[in-house]
Amino acid sequence: MPSNNILAIIEFRGGQMTKSGPEILGQGKRLAATLGGDLLALVMGEGVTVGAAGLGEYGVSKVHVADNAAFGAYLGDLQGRVAMRVLKTVDPSLVLLPATSQGKDLAPRLAAGIDAGLAVDCTAVDLGVGGLTAQRPVYAGKAIQTVSIAAAPYIASLRPNVFPAGEAEAGKTAEVETLDIAEDLTAVKSTLKEVKPPEGDKIELTEADVIVAGGRGMKEAGNFQLLENLADALGAAVGASRAVVDAGWRPHSEQVGQTGKTVGPNLYFAVGISGAIQHMAGMSTSKCIVAVNKDPEAPIFKTADYGIVGDALKVLPVLTEAVKKLKE
Amino acid sequence: MKIAVCIRRTPSTEAKVAIAGDGRGLNPSGVSFVLNPYDEFAAEEAIRTKETHGGEVIAVTVGGAEASKELKQVLAMGADSGVRIEPPADADSAGIAAALAEALKDIAPDLVFCGKMAVDEQDFQVPLRVATILDIPAASFVTKFEVQNGTATVTTETESGSAVLEVPLPALFAVEKGINEPRYPGIKGIMKAKKKPVEERPAPDILPRVKVEKMELPAERQGGKIVGEGTDAVAELVRLLREEAKAL
Repeated sequence: MPSNNILAIIEFRGGQMTKSGPEILGQGKRLAATLGGDLLALVMGEGVTVGAAGLGEYGVSKVHVADNAAFGAYLGDLQGRVAMRVLKTVDPSLVLLPATSQGKDLAPRLAAGIDAGLAVDCTAVDLGVGGLTAQRPVYAGKAIQTVSIAAAPYIASLRPNVFPAGEAEAGKTAEVETLDIAEDLTAVKSTLKEVKPPEGDKIELTEADVIVAGGRGMKEAGNFQLLENLADALGAAVGASRAVVDAGWRPHSEQVGQTGKTVGPNLYFAVGISGAIQHMAGMSTSKCIVAVNKDPEAPIFKTADYGIVGDALKVLPVLTEAVKKLKE
Repeated sequence: MKIAVCIRRTPSTEAKVAIAGDGRGLNPSGVSFVLNPYDEFAAEEAIRTKETHGGEVIAVTVGGAEASKELKQVLAMGADSGVRIEPPADADSAGIAAALAEALKDIAPDLVFCGKMAVDEQDFQVPLRVATILDIPAASFVTKFEVQNGTATVTTETESGSAVLEVPLPALFAVEKGINEPRYPGIKGIMKAKKKPVEERPAPDILPRVKVEKMELPAERQGGKIVGEGTDAVAELVRLLREEAKAL
Protein backbone atom coordinates (compact mmCIF):
# COMPACT_ATOMS: atom_id res chain seq x y z
CA MET A 1 0.00 0.00 0.00
CA PRO A 2 1.36 3.41 -0.89
CA SER A 3 1.51 6.21 1.70
CA ASN A 4 -1.32 8.74 2.03
CA ASN A 5 0.93 11.45 0.66
CA ILE A 6 0.65 13.35 -2.58
CA LEU A 7 3.66 14.28 -4.66
CA ALA A 8 3.34 17.37 -6.86
CA ILE A 9 5.95 17.80 -9.57
CA ILE A 10 6.38 21.54 -10.06
CA GLU A 11 8.02 23.24 -13.01
CA PHE A 12 10.33 26.21 -12.65
CA ARG A 13 11.59 28.55 -15.31
CA GLY A 14 14.28 31.14 -14.65
CA GLY A 15 14.28 30.29 -10.93
CA GLN A 16 10.53 30.91 -10.64
CA MET A 17 7.63 28.51 -10.38
CA THR A 18 5.64 28.53 -13.64
CA LYS A 19 1.99 29.57 -13.66
CA SER A 20 0.79 25.96 -13.47
CA GLY A 21 2.53 25.51 -10.09
CA PRO A 22 -0.03 27.19 -7.82
CA GLU A 23 -2.81 25.44 -9.80
CA ILE A 24 -1.29 22.01 -9.16
CA LEU A 25 -0.57 22.82 -5.52
CA GLY A 26 -4.12 24.07 -4.96
CA GLN A 27 -5.50 20.70 -6.04
CA GLY A 28 -2.71 18.88 -4.21
CA LYS A 29 -3.57 20.57 -0.92
CA ARG A 30 -7.27 19.83 -1.30
CA LEU A 31 -6.70 16.16 -2.16
CA ALA A 32 -4.06 15.68 0.55
CA ALA A 33 -6.73 16.75 3.04
CA THR A 34 -9.09 14.14 1.54
CA LEU A 35 -6.46 11.46 1.95
CA GLY A 36 -5.31 12.68 5.36
CA GLY A 37 -1.74 12.85 4.11
CA ASP A 38 0.95 15.40 3.37
CA LEU A 39 1.53 17.40 0.25
CA LEU A 40 5.09 16.87 -0.96
CA ALA A 41 6.75 18.33 -4.00
CA LEU A 42 9.55 17.65 -6.42
CA VAL A 43 11.38 20.43 -8.24
CA MET A 44 14.02 19.75 -10.86
CA GLY A 45 15.77 22.76 -12.32
CA GLU A 46 18.71 25.12 -12.18
CA GLY A 47 18.82 27.74 -9.43
CA VAL A 48 15.56 26.54 -7.93
CA THR A 49 16.45 25.83 -4.28
CA VAL A 50 15.37 29.20 -2.84
CA GLY A 51 12.12 29.21 -4.80
CA ALA A 52 11.43 25.59 -3.89
CA ALA A 53 11.40 26.34 -0.16
CA GLY A 54 8.70 28.90 -0.94
CA LEU A 55 6.30 26.13 -1.99
CA GLY A 56 5.57 25.93 1.74
CA GLU A 57 3.26 28.89 1.19
CA TYR A 58 0.97 26.61 -0.77
CA GLY A 59 0.89 23.89 1.86
CA VAL A 60 3.87 21.78 0.81
CA SER A 61 5.52 20.25 3.89
CA LYS A 62 8.60 18.93 2.18
CA VAL A 63 10.11 19.54 -1.21
CA HIS A 64 12.65 17.30 -2.92
CA VAL A 65 14.98 19.48 -4.93
CA ALA A 66 17.34 18.55 -7.72
CA ASP A 67 19.16 21.81 -8.40
CA ASN A 68 21.69 21.28 -11.14
CA ALA A 69 22.92 22.93 -14.32
CA ALA A 70 21.96 19.69 -16.09
CA PHE A 71 18.31 20.76 -15.64
CA GLY A 72 18.82 24.03 -17.51
CA ALA A 73 16.59 22.43 -20.14
CA TYR A 74 14.28 19.45 -20.09
CA LEU A 75 15.91 16.08 -20.75
CA GLY A 76 13.21 13.45 -20.25
CA ASP A 77 15.61 10.56 -19.79
CA LEU A 78 17.31 12.37 -16.90
CA GLN A 79 14.25 13.92 -15.25
CA GLY A 80 12.46 10.59 -15.60
CA ARG A 81 15.25 8.80 -13.74
CA VAL A 82 15.41 11.35 -10.93
CA ALA A 83 11.63 11.52 -10.54
CA MET A 84 11.37 7.71 -10.46
CA ARG A 85 13.90 7.59 -7.63
CA VAL A 86 11.91 10.12 -5.62
CA LEU A 87 8.68 8.28 -6.35
CA LYS A 88 10.11 5.05 -5.00
CA THR A 89 11.28 6.76 -1.80
CA VAL A 90 8.14 8.81 -1.21
CA ASP A 91 5.69 6.11 -2.35
CA PRO A 92 2.77 8.54 -2.82
CA SER A 93 -0.86 7.62 -3.47
CA LEU A 94 -1.15 10.34 -6.06
CA VAL A 95 1.30 12.15 -8.30
CA LEU A 96 0.14 15.46 -9.76
CA LEU A 97 1.95 17.34 -12.50
CA PRO A 98 1.09 19.90 -15.13
CA ALA A 99 0.01 18.71 -18.59
CA THR A 100 2.65 20.85 -20.26
CA SER A 101 4.95 19.38 -22.92
CA GLN A 102 7.35 18.34 -20.19
CA GLY A 103 4.61 16.89 -18.04
CA LYS A 104 3.21 14.97 -21.00
CA ASP A 105 6.63 13.42 -21.59
CA LEU A 106 7.39 12.76 -17.94
CA ALA A 107 4.04 11.37 -16.73
CA PRO A 108 3.93 8.18 -18.88
CA ARG A 109 7.55 7.39 -17.97
CA LEU A 110 6.56 7.43 -14.30
CA ALA A 111 3.28 5.61 -14.89
CA ALA A 112 5.05 2.77 -16.69
CA GLY A 113 7.85 2.85 -14.11
CA ILE A 114 5.55 2.24 -11.14
CA ASP A 115 2.80 0.53 -13.14
CA ALA A 116 0.21 3.19 -12.30
CA GLY A 117 -2.90 4.39 -14.05
CA LEU A 118 -2.46 7.83 -15.57
CA ALA A 119 -5.14 10.38 -16.42
CA VAL A 120 -3.75 12.97 -18.82
CA ASP A 121 -4.69 16.63 -19.28
CA CYS A 122 -7.43 16.64 -16.64
CA THR A 123 -9.83 19.55 -16.21
CA ALA A 124 -11.32 18.08 -13.01
CA VAL A 125 -9.90 15.57 -10.57
CA ASP A 126 -11.17 13.97 -7.38
CA LEU A 127 -10.52 11.12 -4.98
CA GLY A 128 -13.25 8.99 -3.46
CA VAL A 129 -14.20 5.44 -2.55
CA GLY A 130 -14.02 4.41 -6.19
CA GLY A 131 -10.46 5.69 -6.49
CA LEU A 132 -9.52 8.61 -8.67
CA THR A 133 -12.02 10.12 -11.06
CA ALA A 134 -11.12 12.77 -13.58
CA GLN A 135 -12.54 14.64 -16.51
CA ARG A 136 -10.45 15.16 -19.59
CA PRO A 137 -11.24 16.73 -22.93
CA VAL A 138 -10.69 14.40 -25.88
CA TYR A 139 -10.88 15.00 -29.62
CA ALA A 140 -9.37 18.41 -28.79
CA GLY A 141 -12.41 19.30 -26.72
CA LYS A 142 -15.12 18.00 -29.04
CA ALA A 143 -15.98 15.61 -26.18
CA ILE A 144 -15.26 15.22 -22.48
CA GLN A 145 -14.34 11.87 -20.96
CA THR A 146 -14.94 10.93 -17.35
CA VAL A 147 -12.33 8.35 -16.40
CA SER A 148 -11.59 6.42 -13.25
CA ILE A 149 -8.58 4.63 -11.85
CA ALA A 150 -9.60 2.08 -9.23
CA ALA A 151 -6.39 1.57 -7.29
CA ALA A 152 -3.50 3.74 -6.08
CA PRO A 153 -0.94 4.83 -7.03
CA TYR A 154 -2.63 7.27 -9.36
CA ILE A 155 -1.01 9.82 -11.61
CA ALA A 156 -2.88 12.79 -13.03
CA SER A 157 -1.59 15.60 -15.21
CA LEU A 158 -3.67 18.77 -14.96
CA ARG A 159 -4.37 21.07 -17.86
CA PRO A 160 -2.78 24.49 -17.29
CA ASN A 161 -5.04 27.53 -16.98
CA VAL A 162 -8.07 25.54 -15.79
CA PHE A 163 -7.71 25.14 -12.02
CA PRO A 164 -7.65 28.14 -9.66
CA ALA A 165 -4.33 28.97 -8.05
CA GLY A 166 -4.02 27.64 -4.51
CA GLU A 167 -4.07 30.22 -1.73
CA ALA A 168 -0.65 31.24 -0.50
CA GLU A 169 0.17 31.84 3.17
CA ALA A 170 3.04 34.30 2.98
CA GLY A 171 6.20 33.39 4.83
CA LYS A 172 5.61 29.65 5.23
CA THR A 173 8.50 27.54 3.98
CA ALA A 174 8.80 23.89 3.14
CA GLU A 175 11.54 21.61 4.39
CA VAL A 176 14.02 21.18 1.53
CA GLU A 177 15.63 17.84 0.83
CA THR A 178 18.44 18.14 -1.68
CA LEU A 179 18.81 15.25 -4.08
CA ASP A 180 22.21 13.97 -5.11
CA ILE A 181 21.89 13.23 -8.80
CA ALA A 182 25.51 12.31 -9.56
CA GLU A 183 24.51 8.70 -10.12
CA ASP A 184 21.70 9.67 -12.51
CA LEU A 185 24.01 11.94 -14.49
CA THR A 186 26.40 9.02 -15.04
CA ALA A 187 23.69 6.52 -15.88
CA VAL A 188 21.66 8.62 -18.32
CA LYS A 189 22.41 7.80 -21.94
CA SER A 190 20.99 10.89 -23.67
CA THR A 191 22.80 14.20 -23.58
CA LEU A 192 21.72 17.80 -24.14
CA LYS A 193 23.93 19.37 -26.80
CA GLU A 194 22.32 22.70 -27.33
CA VAL A 195 19.50 24.65 -25.78
CA LYS A 196 17.68 27.54 -27.33
CA PRO A 197 15.33 29.25 -24.89
CA PRO A 198 12.04 30.54 -26.27
CA GLU A 199 12.40 33.82 -28.14
CA GLY A 200 12.53 36.93 -25.99
CA ASP A 201 9.56 37.44 -23.73
CA LYS A 202 7.22 35.36 -25.89
CA ILE A 203 4.19 34.19 -23.92
CA GLU A 204 3.50 30.47 -24.03
CA LEU A 205 0.15 29.77 -25.73
CA THR A 206 -1.14 27.21 -23.26
CA GLU A 207 -0.44 29.55 -20.32
CA ALA A 208 -1.65 32.76 -21.91
CA ASP A 209 -4.57 34.77 -20.50
CA VAL A 210 -5.21 36.36 -23.86
CA ILE A 211 -4.54 34.90 -27.30
CA VAL A 212 -4.66 36.68 -30.63
CA ALA A 213 -4.85 34.11 -33.44
CA GLY A 214 -4.77 34.66 -37.16
CA GLY A 215 -5.88 32.65 -40.16
CA ARG A 216 -6.04 32.90 -43.92
CA GLY A 217 -7.87 36.20 -43.69
CA MET A 218 -4.50 37.74 -42.79
CA LYS A 219 -3.75 37.28 -46.52
CA GLU A 220 0.03 36.93 -46.20
CA ALA A 221 2.73 36.11 -43.66
CA GLY A 222 3.95 39.70 -43.38
CA ASN A 223 0.54 40.91 -42.20
CA PHE A 224 0.94 38.99 -38.95
CA GLN A 225 2.89 42.02 -37.76
CA LEU A 226 -0.53 43.66 -37.28
CA LEU A 227 -1.56 40.73 -35.12
CA GLU A 228 1.67 40.90 -33.14
CA ASN A 229 1.07 44.60 -32.51
CA LEU A 230 -2.34 43.80 -31.03
CA ALA A 231 -0.80 40.96 -29.01
CA ASP A 232 1.84 43.35 -27.63
CA ALA A 233 -0.81 45.88 -26.67
CA LEU A 234 -2.81 43.18 -24.87
CA GLY A 235 0.12 41.26 -23.40
CA ALA A 236 -1.21 38.32 -25.40
CA ALA A 237 0.29 35.27 -27.09
CA VAL A 238 0.02 34.83 -30.86
CA GLY A 239 -1.78 31.79 -32.26
CA ALA A 240 -2.42 30.54 -35.78
CA SER A 241 -4.85 28.37 -37.72
CA ARG A 242 -3.74 25.15 -39.38
CA ALA A 243 -4.06 26.72 -42.83
CA VAL A 244 -1.45 29.39 -42.16
CA VAL A 245 0.90 26.95 -40.41
CA ASP A 246 0.62 24.56 -43.36
CA ALA A 247 1.30 27.50 -45.69
CA GLY A 248 4.50 28.15 -43.73
CA TRP A 249 3.44 31.62 -42.58
CA ARG A 250 3.71 30.75 -38.89
CA PRO A 251 5.58 28.07 -36.90
CA HIS A 252 3.74 24.94 -35.79
CA SER A 253 4.34 25.91 -32.15
CA GLU A 254 1.64 28.58 -32.66
CA GLN A 255 -0.99 26.28 -34.15
CA VAL A 256 -4.28 26.07 -32.26
CA GLY A 257 -6.53 23.09 -32.98
CA GLN A 258 -6.74 19.34 -33.02
CA THR A 259 -3.26 18.91 -34.54
CA GLY A 260 -1.87 21.83 -32.59
CA LYS A 261 -2.40 23.21 -29.12
CA THR A 262 -5.59 23.16 -27.12
CA VAL A 263 -6.03 26.44 -25.32
CA GLY A 264 -8.56 27.99 -22.94
CA PRO A 265 -7.61 31.60 -22.27
CA ASN A 266 -9.85 34.28 -20.76
CA LEU A 267 -10.01 36.04 -24.09
CA TYR A 268 -9.44 34.64 -27.57
CA PHE A 269 -9.35 36.73 -30.72
CA ALA A 270 -9.92 34.72 -33.92
CA VAL A 271 -8.86 37.04 -36.70
CA GLY A 272 -9.44 36.00 -40.29
CA ILE A 273 -10.21 32.47 -39.09
CA SER A 274 -13.31 30.88 -40.58
CA GLY A 275 -13.71 28.32 -37.79
CA ALA A 276 -13.04 24.82 -39.13
CA ILE A 277 -14.12 22.05 -36.73
CA GLN A 278 -10.55 21.09 -35.94
CA HIS A 279 -9.69 24.69 -35.02
CA MET A 280 -12.78 25.27 -32.88
CA ALA A 281 -11.95 22.08 -31.03
CA GLY A 282 -8.72 23.65 -29.86
CA MET A 283 -10.14 26.91 -28.50
CA SER A 284 -13.81 26.46 -27.70
CA THR A 285 -13.19 26.40 -23.94
CA SER A 286 -11.93 30.00 -24.09
CA LYS A 287 -13.98 32.11 -21.70
CA CYS A 288 -14.64 34.86 -24.22
CA ILE A 289 -14.20 34.60 -27.97
CA VAL A 290 -14.03 37.51 -30.38
CA ALA A 291 -14.15 36.92 -34.12
CA VAL A 292 -13.14 39.26 -36.91
CA ASN A 293 -13.96 37.95 -40.36
CA LYS A 294 -15.09 39.50 -43.58
CA ASP A 295 -17.49 36.63 -44.33
CA PRO A 296 -20.68 37.11 -42.25
CA GLU A 297 -21.52 33.43 -42.85
CA ALA A 298 -18.22 32.15 -41.36
CA PRO A 299 -18.97 29.42 -38.78
CA ILE A 300 -16.73 31.17 -36.23
CA PHE A 301 -19.53 33.71 -35.63
CA LYS A 302 -21.76 30.94 -34.25
CA THR A 303 -19.20 30.22 -31.52
CA ALA A 304 -17.84 33.70 -30.88
CA ASP A 305 -19.31 35.82 -28.10
CA TYR A 306 -18.64 38.97 -30.11
CA GLY A 307 -18.10 39.34 -33.82
CA ILE A 308 -17.03 42.08 -36.16
CA VAL A 309 -17.77 41.55 -39.84
CA GLY A 310 -14.93 43.21 -41.67
CA ASP A 311 -11.47 43.08 -43.17
CA ALA A 312 -9.02 41.91 -40.51
CA LEU A 313 -6.25 44.06 -41.96
CA LYS A 314 -8.33 47.21 -41.49
CA VAL A 315 -9.87 46.31 -38.13
CA LEU A 316 -6.62 45.24 -36.43
CA PRO A 317 -4.78 48.62 -36.38
CA VAL A 318 -7.88 50.40 -35.06
CA LEU A 319 -8.42 47.74 -32.41
CA THR A 320 -4.76 47.93 -31.40
CA GLU A 321 -4.99 51.70 -30.93
CA ALA A 322 -8.21 51.36 -28.92
CA VAL A 323 -6.60 48.77 -26.63
CA LYS A 324 -3.49 50.92 -26.19
CA LYS A 325 -5.65 53.87 -25.15
CA LEU A 326 -7.49 51.71 -22.68
CA LYS A 327 -4.28 50.48 -21.10
CA GLU A 328 -2.79 53.98 -20.74
CA MET B 1 19.04 -0.84 -39.40
CA LYS B 2 15.78 -2.21 -38.05
CA ILE B 3 13.21 0.54 -37.70
CA ALA B 4 9.77 0.14 -36.16
CA VAL B 5 6.94 2.62 -36.44
CA CYS B 6 3.90 2.43 -34.15
CA ILE B 7 0.68 3.57 -35.76
CA ARG B 8 -2.99 3.96 -34.86
CA ARG B 9 -6.24 4.30 -36.75
CA THR B 10 -8.11 7.43 -35.63
CA PRO B 11 -11.20 9.37 -36.68
CA SER B 12 -10.38 12.21 -39.08
CA THR B 13 -9.87 15.57 -37.39
CA GLU B 14 -12.68 16.92 -39.56
CA ALA B 15 -15.07 14.43 -37.95
CA LYS B 16 -18.03 15.64 -35.91
CA VAL B 17 -18.15 13.75 -32.64
CA ALA B 18 -21.35 11.95 -31.63
CA ILE B 19 -21.60 9.72 -28.57
CA ALA B 20 -22.12 5.97 -28.93
CA GLY B 21 -25.11 4.17 -27.42
CA ASP B 22 -23.14 2.95 -24.40
CA GLY B 23 -22.34 6.57 -23.52
CA ARG B 24 -18.64 5.81 -23.26
CA GLY B 25 -17.18 6.32 -26.70
CA LEU B 26 -17.49 7.67 -30.20
CA ASN B 27 -20.39 6.73 -32.41
CA PRO B 28 -18.43 5.66 -35.50
CA SER B 29 -21.40 5.98 -37.85
CA GLY B 30 -20.62 8.43 -40.65
CA VAL B 31 -17.10 9.06 -39.34
CA SER B 32 -14.16 8.59 -41.70
CA PHE B 33 -11.11 6.98 -40.19
CA VAL B 34 -7.53 7.82 -41.10
CA LEU B 35 -3.98 7.10 -40.12
CA ASN B 36 -3.37 9.25 -37.03
CA PRO B 37 -1.78 12.41 -38.52
CA TYR B 38 1.20 12.33 -36.14
CA ASP B 39 1.84 8.67 -36.99
CA GLU B 40 1.99 9.68 -40.64
CA PHE B 41 4.96 11.91 -39.75
CA ALA B 42 6.47 9.01 -37.79
CA ALA B 43 6.04 6.62 -40.73
CA GLU B 44 7.59 9.12 -43.15
CA GLU B 45 10.59 9.63 -40.87
CA ALA B 46 11.06 5.85 -40.49
CA ILE B 47 10.96 5.34 -44.26
CA ARG B 48 13.32 8.27 -44.96
CA THR B 49 15.78 6.90 -42.42
CA LYS B 50 15.68 3.51 -44.15
CA GLU B 51 16.15 5.16 -47.54
CA THR B 52 19.25 6.97 -46.27
CA HIS B 53 20.81 4.26 -44.12
CA GLY B 54 19.39 0.99 -45.43
CA GLY B 55 17.54 -1.60 -43.39
CA GLU B 56 13.86 -2.33 -42.98
CA VAL B 57 10.75 -0.65 -41.59
CA ILE B 58 8.17 -2.62 -39.62
CA ALA B 59 4.83 -0.93 -38.97
CA VAL B 60 3.10 -2.06 -35.78
CA THR B 61 -0.46 -1.32 -34.72
CA VAL B 62 -2.87 -2.36 -31.99
CA GLY B 63 -6.29 -2.50 -33.60
CA GLY B 64 -9.08 -4.62 -34.99
CA ALA B 65 -9.20 -5.98 -38.55
CA GLU B 66 -10.31 -2.56 -39.83
CA ALA B 67 -6.89 -1.13 -38.85
CA SER B 68 -5.38 -3.21 -41.68
CA LYS B 69 -6.27 -0.29 -43.95
CA GLU B 70 -3.94 2.11 -42.10
CA LEU B 71 -1.27 -0.59 -41.91
CA LYS B 72 -1.53 -1.02 -45.69
CA GLN B 73 -1.21 2.73 -46.13
CA VAL B 74 2.14 2.71 -44.30
CA LEU B 75 3.26 -0.34 -46.31
CA ALA B 76 2.29 1.55 -49.48
CA MET B 77 4.36 4.54 -48.30
CA GLY B 78 7.36 2.21 -48.17
CA ALA B 79 7.39 0.16 -44.94
CA ASP B 80 8.47 -3.45 -45.53
CA SER B 81 6.20 -5.43 -43.23
CA GLY B 82 3.42 -5.00 -40.72
CA VAL B 83 2.30 -6.38 -37.39
CA ARG B 84 -1.32 -6.09 -36.24
CA ILE B 85 -2.04 -6.90 -32.62
CA GLU B 86 -5.65 -7.51 -31.58
CA PRO B 87 -6.51 -4.96 -28.90
CA PRO B 88 -6.90 -6.21 -25.32
CA ALA B 89 -10.46 -5.89 -23.95
CA ASP B 90 -11.24 -2.25 -22.89
CA ALA B 91 -7.69 -1.38 -23.87
CA ASP B 92 -6.36 1.81 -22.33
CA SER B 93 -3.04 3.43 -23.17
CA ALA B 94 -1.23 1.25 -20.64
CA GLY B 95 -2.63 -1.85 -22.35
CA ILE B 96 -1.82 -0.63 -25.86
CA ALA B 97 1.72 0.26 -24.77
CA ALA B 98 2.20 -3.16 -23.14
CA ALA B 99 0.93 -4.90 -26.29
CA LEU B 100 3.25 -2.85 -28.52
CA ALA B 101 6.21 -3.38 -26.20
CA GLU B 102 5.65 -7.14 -26.22
CA ALA B 103 5.75 -7.21 -30.06
CA LEU B 104 8.70 -4.82 -30.17
CA LYS B 105 10.70 -7.07 -27.85
CA ASP B 106 10.41 -9.79 -30.51
CA ILE B 107 11.27 -7.37 -33.33
CA ALA B 108 14.24 -5.87 -31.42
CA PRO B 109 14.42 -2.66 -33.48
CA ASP B 110 17.32 -0.17 -33.38
CA LEU B 111 14.90 2.68 -33.73
CA VAL B 112 11.23 3.18 -32.86
CA PHE B 113 9.20 6.09 -34.21
CA CYS B 114 5.80 7.09 -32.85
CA GLY B 115 3.54 10.09 -33.35
CA LYS B 116 3.58 12.35 -30.26
CA MET B 117 -0.08 11.54 -29.62
CA ALA B 118 -3.24 10.20 -31.21
CA VAL B 119 -5.71 12.90 -32.20
CA ASP B 120 -8.69 11.07 -30.69
CA GLU B 121 -7.79 10.20 -27.09
CA GLN B 122 -4.91 12.71 -26.95
CA ASP B 123 -3.40 10.65 -24.22
CA PHE B 124 0.34 11.22 -24.85
CA GLN B 125 1.01 7.98 -22.99
CA VAL B 126 1.83 5.17 -25.39
CA PRO B 127 5.25 6.23 -26.76
CA LEU B 128 6.91 6.94 -23.41
CA ARG B 129 5.30 3.94 -21.74
CA VAL B 130 6.70 1.75 -24.53
CA ALA B 131 10.19 3.27 -24.16
CA THR B 132 10.06 2.80 -20.40
CA ILE B 133 8.97 -0.84 -20.66
CA LEU B 134 11.70 -1.50 -23.24
CA ASP B 135 14.15 0.47 -21.05
CA ILE B 136 15.50 2.51 -23.95
CA PRO B 137 16.16 6.26 -24.11
CA ALA B 138 13.44 8.38 -25.66
CA ALA B 139 12.47 11.92 -26.54
CA SER B 140 9.12 13.52 -27.38
CA PHE B 141 8.14 16.50 -29.54
CA VAL B 142 10.92 15.69 -32.03
CA THR B 143 11.00 18.14 -34.94
CA LYS B 144 14.33 17.11 -36.49
CA PHE B 145 16.01 13.72 -36.67
CA GLU B 146 19.39 12.51 -37.90
CA VAL B 147 21.33 9.35 -37.16
CA GLN B 148 24.99 8.51 -37.56
CA ASN B 149 27.17 5.73 -36.16
CA GLY B 150 24.48 4.44 -33.84
CA THR B 151 23.67 7.82 -32.30
CA ALA B 152 20.65 9.95 -33.12
CA THR B 153 20.79 13.74 -33.01
CA VAL B 154 17.33 15.17 -32.55
CA THR B 155 15.76 18.56 -31.99
CA THR B 156 12.80 18.83 -29.62
CA GLU B 157 10.42 21.76 -29.25
CA THR B 158 8.67 22.48 -25.96
CA GLU B 159 7.56 25.49 -23.89
CA SER B 160 11.11 25.79 -22.59
CA GLY B 161 12.41 26.33 -26.11
CA SER B 162 14.16 24.02 -28.49
CA ALA B 163 16.89 21.59 -27.55
CA VAL B 164 19.28 19.40 -29.46
CA LEU B 165 19.81 15.96 -27.90
CA GLU B 166 22.17 13.14 -28.65
CA VAL B 167 20.62 9.77 -28.01
CA PRO B 168 22.38 6.42 -28.51
CA LEU B 169 20.37 3.67 -30.21
CA PRO B 170 18.29 1.69 -29.60
CA ALA B 171 15.93 4.54 -28.83
CA LEU B 172 12.37 5.74 -29.30
CA PHE B 173 11.26 9.08 -30.71
CA ALA B 174 7.79 10.59 -30.57
CA VAL B 175 7.58 13.04 -33.42
CA GLU B 176 5.92 16.43 -33.74
CA LYS B 177 4.24 17.97 -36.76
CA GLY B 178 6.76 19.83 -38.91
CA ILE B 179 9.43 17.11 -38.87
CA ASN B 180 8.68 16.26 -42.51
CA GLU B 181 6.11 16.36 -45.28
CA PRO B 182 4.65 12.84 -45.51
CA ARG B 183 4.49 11.34 -49.00
CA TYR B 184 1.33 10.11 -50.68
CA PRO B 185 1.59 6.44 -51.53
CA GLY B 186 1.68 6.04 -55.33
CA ILE B 187 -0.05 3.34 -57.37
CA LYS B 188 3.20 1.37 -57.44
CA GLY B 189 3.47 1.51 -53.67
CA ILE B 190 -0.15 0.45 -53.25
CA MET B 191 0.39 -2.55 -55.58
CA LYS B 192 3.58 -3.54 -53.77
CA ALA B 193 1.89 -3.23 -50.37
CA LYS B 194 -0.54 -6.00 -51.30
CA LYS B 195 2.33 -8.51 -51.29
CA LYS B 196 4.03 -7.30 -48.12
CA PRO B 197 3.72 -9.59 -45.11
CA VAL B 198 1.48 -8.67 -42.16
CA GLU B 199 1.83 -10.71 -39.01
CA GLU B 200 -1.29 -10.98 -36.84
CA ARG B 201 -0.85 -11.37 -33.11
CA PRO B 202 -3.55 -12.22 -30.57
CA ALA B 203 -4.63 -9.77 -27.88
CA PRO B 204 -2.35 -9.92 -24.85
CA ASP B 205 -3.95 -10.58 -21.49
CA ILE B 206 -3.72 -7.12 -19.93
CA LEU B 207 -6.17 -5.41 -17.59
CA PRO B 208 -6.81 -1.69 -18.13
CA ARG B 209 -5.70 0.79 -15.46
CA VAL B 210 -7.93 3.62 -16.64
CA LYS B 211 -11.61 3.03 -17.24
CA VAL B 212 -13.71 5.39 -19.33
CA GLU B 213 -16.90 5.86 -17.32
CA LYS B 214 -18.60 8.12 -19.82
CA MET B 215 -18.07 10.47 -22.72
CA GLU B 216 -20.19 13.57 -23.20
CA LEU B 217 -20.38 16.48 -25.56
CA PRO B 218 -19.35 19.79 -24.03
CA ALA B 219 -22.00 22.41 -23.33
CA GLU B 220 -22.65 24.36 -26.50
CA ARG B 221 -21.52 27.93 -26.56
CA GLN B 222 -24.15 30.61 -26.79
CA GLY B 223 -22.37 32.83 -29.25
CA GLY B 224 -23.49 34.82 -32.17
CA LYS B 225 -23.53 38.48 -31.17
CA ILE B 226 -22.41 40.54 -34.15
CA VAL B 227 -21.22 43.85 -32.78
CA GLY B 228 -21.07 45.57 -36.14
CA GLU B 229 -19.22 45.99 -39.39
CA GLY B 230 -15.67 47.11 -40.04
CA THR B 231 -13.62 49.59 -38.04
CA ASP B 232 -16.76 51.43 -36.86
CA ALA B 233 -17.55 48.49 -34.59
CA VAL B 234 -14.23 48.55 -32.74
CA ALA B 235 -15.21 51.11 -30.09
CA GLU B 236 -18.37 49.17 -29.22
CA LEU B 237 -16.44 45.88 -29.12
CA VAL B 238 -13.91 47.32 -26.68
CA ARG B 239 -16.73 48.67 -24.53
CA LEU B 240 -18.45 45.26 -24.46
CA LEU B 241 -15.23 43.44 -23.67
CA ARG B 242 -14.59 45.83 -20.82
CA GLU B 243 -18.03 46.30 -19.34
CA GLU B 244 -20.01 43.18 -20.26
CA ALA B 245 -17.42 40.42 -20.57
CA LYS B 246 -14.97 42.05 -18.14
CA ALA B 247 -12.24 40.55 -20.27
CA LEU B 248 -10.12 43.68 -20.80
